Amino acid sequence: MGQTMKRAALLTVILWALLGLGFPLVMVGIGQLFFPWQANGSVITVQGRPVAARHVGQYFGNTLQYFWGRPSDTTSITTGKLQPYNAFNSGPSNYGPTNAALLHDVKVRVREYLQTTPGLKASQIPLSLVESSGSGLDPDITVQSAFIQIPRIAKHTGLSVTTLTRLVESHILPPELGIFGPRRINVVLLNVALTALIHKHES
Amino acid sequence: MTVSTMVVWGVVIGGLLLSLKPLGTYMYKVFTFQPTLFDRPFKPLENVIFRLIHVSRDSEMTALEYGVSFVLMNMLWALMAYTLLRIQGLLPFNPQHFPNLNAPLAFNTSASFTTNTNWQAYSGENTLSYFSQFAVLEFLQFVTPASGGAVGLAFIRGITGRKLGNFFVDLTLLLTRVLLPLALIFGVAFVAAGVPDTLGPYLHLHTLTGQTQIVPRGPIAGWEAIEHLGQNGGGFTNANSANPLENPSALTNVLQSIAMGLVPVAFFYMFGLFAGKRRLAWTLIAVAGTLFLAMLAMIYFPEASGNPVINLLGLSGHGNYVGTELQQGIGGTSIFETASNAFTTGSVSAANDSFLPIPSLALFLGMFLNMVFGGKGVGLLNMLMFVLLTIFLMGLMVGRTPEFLGKKIEAKEISLTAIAFLIHPLLILVGSAIAVATPLGMAGVFNPGPQGLSEILYAFTSGAANNGSALGGLGASLPFYEIAIGVVMILGRYASVVLMLLVAESLWQKKAVPETSGTMHTDTPLFASILLGAIIVLNALTFFPIMALGPLAEHYLLVTHHVFS
Repeated sequence: MGQTMKRAALLTVILWALLGLGFPLVMVGIGQLFFPWQANGSVITVQGRPVAARHVGQYFGNTLQYFWGRPSDTTSITTGKLQPYNAFNSGPSNYGPTNAALLHDVKVRVREYLQTTPGLKASQIPLSLVESSGSGLDPDITVQSAFIQIPRIAKHTGLSVTTLTRLVESHILPPELGIFGPRRINVVLLNVALTALIHKHES
Repeated sequence: MTVSTMVVWGVVIGGLLLSLKPLGTYMYKVFTFQPTLFDRPFKPLENVIFRLIHVSRDSEMTALEYGVSFVLMNMLWALMAYTLLRIQGLLPFNPQHFPNLNAPLAFNTSASFTTNTNWQAYSGENTLSYFSQFAVLEFLQFVTPASGGAVGLAFIRGITGRKLGNFFVDLTLLLTRVLLPLALIFGVAFVAAGVPDTLGPYLHLHTLTGQTQIVPRGPIAGWEAIEHLGQNGGGFTNANSANPLENPSALTNVLQSIAMGLVPVAFFYMFGLFAGKRRLAWTLIAVAGTLFLAMLAMIYFPEASGNPVINLLGLSGHGNYVGTELQQGIGGTSIFETASNAFTTGSVSAANDSFLPIPSLALFLGMFLNMVFGGKGVGLLNMLMFVLLTIFLMGLMVGRTPEFLGKKIEAKEISLTAIAFLIHPLLILVGSAIAVATPLGMAGVFNPGPQGLSEILYAFTSGAANNGSALGGLGASLPFYEIAIGVVMILGRYASVVLMLLVAESLWQKKAVPETSGTMHTDTPLFASILLGAIIVLNALTFFPIMALGPLAEHYLLVTHHVFS
């Protein structure tokens, strides 16, 4: 037993040096050396200022002139209250399929779209646009989800529907490597481009 | 079914089917000490390790020595993890200055990661320092699956008439020859595909709408690789692989799904080579594969047709997107979740609590069975446990002493196997019953209606199966659950492993009996279907009543548009 214990302890120390320190630090080194942009969080900068991480959604639902992403149910870690797209505390609503609160939230979101978007019908609203994501940080929406928001954005930015349609069409992301996953739109990237358009339009 | 779904499924399932033979053969050569292509880089390293701990490659252990080494070493790791988590605040690589963990959480977390469960009662991104993540938990995600795999190896050697081997040698080789090389490959792929890997502090971004957003980073890509290759499933962040920081694209989703299955599936094939019966391996792969496809179908089709209550609103499209990430699609989410609960990884690419009832049932099924390939080694062990039970039942029917791989299966083996089988439902059902019967347990329930019961049941099932996923609404950070699930994880991991090692040794000591015309063949479609039937009947008898009160009740309420508030 004593001999076994000694071996176990020694082997633990060796393996810890190899796998607990060696592997993670080598991986950090490889990442920093060969893929520095991805390894550091895929940061998007506008005029040298970091404004977003490529894969992490942001909250736009408090403004009418931006495209809105999927609903997010992340909460503040200090107050526990809803704080959408809080990347510091990723997570879902956890509402089960028969929870009345789920149905209520979906209805509220549908109503919000109908009230703010001229000419929109409920049957045009994609389910994924009113059902919240698992991480609360989903950066993507379906192509249709972007198109149905155009009337609202046109109304609040003064940009033409044609301009906005062209903007959305140029931001459709193909499936990964051409085969994996759906066509989609990254709302963060779309809104970065939209911001530039708004500035140009105003000046 | 969409084309996109078929492509994703085809690549994952095809990838696993194509890899199982070469990887299984490679592992067979490594663990029978035959030369392989990779001797040159790894052998010198291993030689240094073996010299330092005074063990030679060909030294042997008895079942007791093997089991004691396994348990001792695991205890050592748990103690080390507990201590380091308790003093996290004093240690380096803590750019966010997170404080020490409290005692119940440190106990739960060290039990969880040592037992290869990776149940998480905390949110990684706002609780743990980089040091705790990589030097404590990521380390455990390497060594604990390897130690489970080593026990699986010893069991295979025992029942195929070999000496059991040496725990320290098997553990080291599983790490240097299998997990470390694979982790390097997958780690690089993940960072290239957009998973962060840095020691830099969290990002503070000034968003387009003028807010501040804190975006966590860290040494995540390497973590993701071993998290999945080792069927660990502990997430770097709270949302696990639903978080785009951990699983940023449909490509990483496919890679993570494949990574989970590589070694467990190859273990089945390797067993066939050890037994000298490749057809037996394919028979077991077919049985587990059938169950895998059944789970996949049970998850995908209901999720793709959506929640009946929400469908009444008449919105565009169909499908349940609650708690899922858009870029994975329902097809990608389904294969990931199936893989995670079949291989008992326990990572999630969606919020399991928001799954529809039948998909939930499939998640339960994976954990009840715990042998739809399962974790490496341990899953095979559970499969062979069912094989022994099935052979015994068949032997009873024809009135003949059953035999397996030329060894008679007698009272001692069957008693041990039966106890090993019963521990699992005992932990799940008794644990859940206590939680449901006490205010402390009920305090953790989040969703109303049958889903609330499912949350409790899922927690104990996940702990006992060493899976680690959760119906996340449950208050897992309540001390009651931290301690109860911690205990269940420990019993679930070690009790059955030690029992099955004793079975292996008992079989090894028996004289082989020659095959005759009366010998029952275990590598035929007939046996496969009886095995499948036995697995289903034994588990249905055990778990159907509680399933009827949880997911099944919820399913029938949902189709009649009943909601709870």
